[in-house]
Amino acid sequence: MVTFIIRRLLLVPVLLFGVTVLIFAMLQLLSPIERSALYVKDFPKNEKAVEGIIRQYGLDRPLYEQYWRWLVGTVDTVNNVRHGGILFGDLGYSRTSSTPVADLIASRFPNTLDLTLWAIGPVIFVGIWLGVQAAVHQNGLIDQAARIFSIIGTSFPTFVFGLLFILIFYATLEWLPPGRLADEYMQVVNSDEFRRYTTLITIDALLNGRFDVFWDALKHMFLPILTLSYISWATFLRVTRSSMLETLRMEYVTTARAKGLSEHDVIYKHAQPNAMIPVVTLAGFSVVGLLGGVVITETVFNYPGIGSAAARAATQLDVVTMLGFALFNGFILIVSNLAVDILYAVVDPRVRLS
Amino acid sequence: MAQSTPTGDNSLLQDSIPTRKIGWFERLLGPENYRILTGLLKTPASVIGFVLIGFFIIIALMAPLLAPPVTPNDPYRIPRDGFSSDPKPPGTEWKKNVMPLPFWWKTFVGTETMTHIMGTSEGQYDIFYGIIWGTRTAFKTGLVVTISTLLFGVIVGSISAYYGGIVDNIIMRIVDVLLILPGILAALILAAVLTPRIGKSLVPTMTALIAFGWMGYARIIRGDILSVKERDYVLAARVIGVKDNRILFRHIIPNAVFPTLVLASLAVGDVVLSFAALSFLGIGTEVGYADWGQVLSFARNWITSLDTYWYIVIWPGLTLVMFVMGWNLVGDALRDVLDPRMRGKT
Repeated sequence: MVTFIIRRLLLVPVLLFGVTVLIFAMLQLLSPIERSALYVKDFPKNEKAVEGIIRQYGLDRPLYEQYWRWLVGTVDTVNNVRHGGILFGDLGYSRTSSTPVADLIASRFPNTLDLTLWAIGPVIFVGIWLGVQAAVHQNGLIDQAARIFSIIGTSFPTFVFGLLFILIFYATLEWLPPGRLADEYMQVVNSDEFRRYTTLITIDALLNGRFDVFWDALKHMFLPILTLSYISWATFLRVTRSSMLETLRMEYVTTARAKGLSEHDVIYKHAQPNAMIPVVTLAGFSVVGLLGGVVITETVFNYPGIGSAAARAATQLDVVTMLGFALFNGFILIVSNLAVDILYAVVDPRVRLS
Repeated sequence: MAQSTPTGDNSLLQDSIPTRKIGWFERLLGPENYRILTGLLKTPASVIGFVLIGFFIIIALMAPLLAPPVTPNDPYRIPRDGFSSDPKPPGTEWKKNVMPLPFWWKTFVGTETMTHIMGTSEGQYDIFYGIIWGTRTAFKTGLVVTISTLLFGVIVGSISAYYGGIVDNIIMRIVDVLLILPGILAALILAAVLTPRIGKSLVPTMTALIAFGWMGYARIIRGDILSVKERDYVLAARVIGVKDNRILFRHIIPNAVFPTLVLASLAVGDVVLSFAALSFLGIGTEVGYADWGQVLSFARNWITSLDTYWYIVIWPGLTLVMFVMGWNLVGDALRDVLDPRMRGKT
C-alpha cells in the first residue's frame, strides 16, 4: 500500500511539469507583446514602451529562460514587487475582464463548487441505481428501457439538451430560470447583513437562515444539474450494468444463493459491493470533471462558474486568461486524480498488491 | 496399436464438427472480422444506425439539389433574407437573396414561391439551408479529424509498443499529460489560439480536435500490439528469421489494428459533436458558415423567448441528435460484438 502511494506520488511532479510545459508551449504561439499580459495590466501604447516591456520581462529570451521566468516571475528591483510567477499564484491579467486572472478564478470557483456539491448525488447515485436494476433484470423491460435511454443520452449534445430544457422549463412553463440568482436575492447576498461564511451561496443561505435565497439558488441550479445528470447517467449505467452482470455470474454469488440467502441480500449485500469497484473510479473522475468547470453546460445556462468564464475568454480570444484557467484546471485534476487513485487502492486490495 | 476403423455409429461425431461453407467474403475478411460484421447486421439497433448514417450520406451528396446555393462559388455561406435580428417562423416568404427553387419544391410544397420551410434564425439565416449544407461540413470535419487522429495515434502507439522501454515510458507519460485537461477545454483553448493566426475557417478547430484526440487510439493500439506480439505466429516468424520491421508491418499491425479501426470509424459521431460544441461557443468558422453548431449558436441570444422561437433550436438540434445517434447505435452494437466474453457466440 505504502509503495503504491509513493509510486503514485512520484508521478505527480512529472504530470505537473508536463502540464506546465504544455501550457507554456501554447503560450509560445502568441507574439511577445500578447504574452506581456502575463506580467503587466495594460496594453502598452507606444513602440518604445512595448520594447521596454519585452526587455524587462525577457519576452524575447531563450525558451528555457522564459519558462523559468513564467514559473517564478520577475522581481522589480525598484519597488521590490514580483510580477508574474505562476508558482506564486500570479496567472497574469485578464484584459477582457480587467482583473488579475487569479481573482477572476477566485470569484467564479465557489459557484462551480456549489454546483458540483449538489450535482454529485443525482449524477452518481441515480446512474448506479439504474445500472444495478438493468443488470438484475437483464434483457427485461427495465434493461431495454435503460439501454434506449442511455443511447439517447449519449447522442444528445449537452447544449441541445440544455436548450430544450430552457425551452420547456423556462420559456414555456416559467418554472426554472437560467443564471445564478434572481436580482432581488443577489442584492440580499451582496448586502452586509448576509455573512459569507463559505462563499458557497447555498450553504451561506442556510447558515444565515435565509431559506428563500437557498431555494432560489437551488432553482437556478436545477436545470444544469439535470443536464449534467442525464448525460452522465448513460455512462454510469453502462459501466455499472456490465460490472454487475459479471459479478452476478461469479461462483461466490451462486454459493450465497445456495446458502439460501434472500435474493435481495444476494444482490445488494454480496454482489453490489464488489461490482462497485470500477464504478468508484468513474465516480471519482466525474466529480473531478465537475470541479474543473463544465464549459458547455455553464455557458448554456448562463451559470457564472469557471467553465463559462473560460468559454467567454475563448470567444474573446483572451488566451492568457484561458491558459490561466487551464493551469488551474490541470492542477485540480492532477491533485484529485491522485486522491481517486489512492481511494481506489483502499477499496480494491488487488490494486495495491499488483 | 494399429489404427482401427471406427466401428458403430459415428454420426454423433460428425454432428459435432460444424460443416459450414466459407464464402469468398468471409475468406477475404478473416473469420473474426466476418463474425463482427455479421453480428452487427443481425442487431436491429445497428441496422437502424446504418440507415440513419446512410440517410445523412445521401443528404450530403445531394446537397446542391436539395438546397441550390445562392452563391455557387461559396455554397457553404448560408443565404440571408435581409438583416433584421428577430427569427422568422417556418413558412415565411423568402424575399431577398432567394434560393433557386429546388426540384422537389413543387411536388412537396405545391407552390411556386420560395419560403423558409424551417424558418430563419437571428440575422435571417435560412435554417433549412444551414442544415442541408451543414451535413457536408459534418462529414468533412468528422472524417478528416477521425482519419488524422487515427493515423497519428496508430503511428505513435505502434512506436511505443514496438520499441518499449524508455521510449514507451516517455510516450505514455506524454499521453498522460495530454489526457489531464478535459478534451473540450483543451481543444477550445488551442482553437482560440490558432484562430487569429490561421483565420476563421474549419482549420483551427479541426487542428485542435486532432491535437487532443489521438491519445486514446495510441493507448488502444499499444495494448493490442503488446498482446499480439506474444502470439505463436509472431514467434514462429521470428524463429524462421523474418526481419523485425516485416514482422511489425506484416504480422503484428494488421492483426492488432482492426479493433482500433472499427472504434475510430464510429468516433465520427463524437467528433462531429465536439466540433458542433466548439462552434456553438463561437469558436472557429465565420458567422453564417453552414455548420450545425453555428446554426444552433444563433439561439443563444433568444433563450428567454424560446417558446416563440422554438424552431431555431428544434430543427438543427434534432438533425445533430439523429446524426450522432446513428453512429452511437452502430457503436453500441459493436461494443457487444467486440466484447471478448461474447466470442464464439454468433
